[in-house]
Amino acid sequence: MRILTLLIALVFLSILSLFIGVKEISIVDIFSWTDKEWLIMTISRLPRTLALILTGIGISICGLIMQQMTQNKFVSPTTAGTLEAAKLGILATLIFIPQSASIYKLIFAFAITFLASIIFLKIADSIKHKSIIFIPVVGLLFGGVINSITTFFAFQFNIVQDVGTWLIGDFSGILQGNYEVIYICLPIVVLTYFYANKFTVIGMGENFSKNLGLNYRSILHLGLLCVSLSISAIAVTIGTIPFLGLIIPNIISLLYGDNLRQTLPYTAISGAIFLLICDIVGRLIIFPFEVPIGMTVGLIGGIVFLILLLRKK
Amino acid sequence: MIKTTNISKQYGDKIVVDNVTIEIPKGKITSLIGSNGAGKSTLLGTIARIINANHGEIIINEKNITDYKNRILAQELSILKQMNHLDLKLTVKELVSFGRFPYSQGRLTEVDHLKIKEAIAFLNLTELENNYLEELSGGQQQRAFLAMVVAQDTDYILLDEPLNNLDMRHSVQIMKTLKDLSVTKNKTIVMVIHDINFASYYSDYIAAMKQGKLIHFNTTKNIINPKILKEIYDIDFEIIESNNKLICNYYN
Repeated sequence: MRILTLLIALVFLSILSLFIGVKEISIVDIFSWTDKEWLIMTISRLPRTLALILTGIGISICGLIMQQMTQNKFVSPTTAGTLEAAKLGILATLIFIPQSASIYKLIFAFAITFLASIIFLKIADSIKHKSIIFIPVVGLLFGGVINSITTFFAFQFNIVQDVGTWLIGDFSGILQGNYEVIYICLPIVVLTYFYANKFTVIGMGENFSKNLGLNYRSILHLGLLCVSLSISAIAVTIGTIPFLGLIIPNIISLLYGDNLRQTLPYTAISGAIFLLICDIVGRLIIFPFEVPIGMTVGLIGGIVFLILLLRKK
Repeated sequence: MIKTTNISKQYGDKIVVDNVTIEIPKGKITSLIGSNGAGKSTLLGTIARIINANHGEIIINEKNITDYKNRILAQELSILKQMNHLDLKLTVKELVSFGRFPYSQGRLTEVDHLKIKEAIAFLNLTELENNYLEELSGGQQQRAFLAMVVAQDTDYILLDEPLNNLDMRHSVQIMKTLKDLSVTKNKTIVMVIHDINFASYYSDYIAAMKQGKLIHFNTTKNIINPKILKEIYDIDFEIIESNNKLICNYYN
């Protein structure tokens, strides 16, 4: 029942999102739209809304997988160096193959993100005191190290300013033809759903998984693959969205528990809804200008994150 | 039947399990005893293939464990380690359902649901089945994990200190359940246990380890005697017979 309510909210917000913009287009006149109005719809508005939904789903699912696999509620793309690694990947593409298509950026970003995730897990594994706060702090430090590497090379190649702008997620540049890479999130979400139970099992540890006849390593790597690929695709097209992967899975976990197979749909849809709301707010607040979505998400997300943190204590 | 031949495990220079050969009888409870660091848990771990032995082979049902597929072995043998800090918000029923994983990979069938229900009832958890694990007491959590193992329905069940952190009432409850499992369902149970009186009262066989070696393996009656126990633990024991069971007094 609940899932139906969420779906209705998602559809409603998507429609709302489609009809917000400088050019006024009315849903009532759908049958008398001019060619120009159709064009705006198909080239700009629809891609933007789709990108928002996919990003919302992708990031929150990635956060969820990461939290399950590390058994730590505060690990997410923001707090494990994942986003920074994706950024480094994009930088590498710009240096080695300038003017390249986004598919190359994706490949580089993916390779480095995957590597960084494995390193992060190794670090997290070797930490003796697995305090719930300590691991994400280490993740933040790890991200900081990667970031400084990025900045160093960006400085050498005189592209510091470009790199700076990747940090802030932005949907205003989404147009038909430049965002399609993000569709890679779709098969990943489906894959995640089928492997949901296995992710939950390996979250309980290597021995536990072995006892149930599961190959711990291969599932772990599959999980990292899913996360790295989606986060890279999102970083390449939109940039980075902070906190999303942290707060949505945590709220859903508080409400519905941690059985992934059951909570996954809730997490996915809520992520999309949350992002749509943040985007709509950002577009309306200083209409006809826009507040970057990274800001609205960061603001709302930061507050929610603080509340979660205090509650856990 | 579980049979190990010349199992050895060493970490660096330290030999933890030293050339252990043992054949564990089917359908019985066997306790592994010995002082701390004697290699009991490591031996148990190698049998459960969560630790790779450096030497030797382990045969389960006439077949070497390295020849088993993970999934198939998980239908024959289960292990429950000293538990079990868990930072997941799962209900008792969800946890127990994972016991059926080797059979159905998470897509539960009619049979699975039946087994899950049965396992929960077996451990007296029916009333708590929809509670989250984090809401339960230590004893209840331990029972929930045992229920998962029961649902896994393997012929061989390995337990690493199943009474850890339990008070006396719950310890007795768990041991009675285990006895029940071995008698009514013909399960072979091997457990590492520190309380010699629980071992003496409830197990059919006792295997004693010292400094990595298996130094004694016999029926409980033959192990519980002052001379052998002194050899194992280096302290004096007085054996009291009560109700046809042997109780050890080593508190002096």
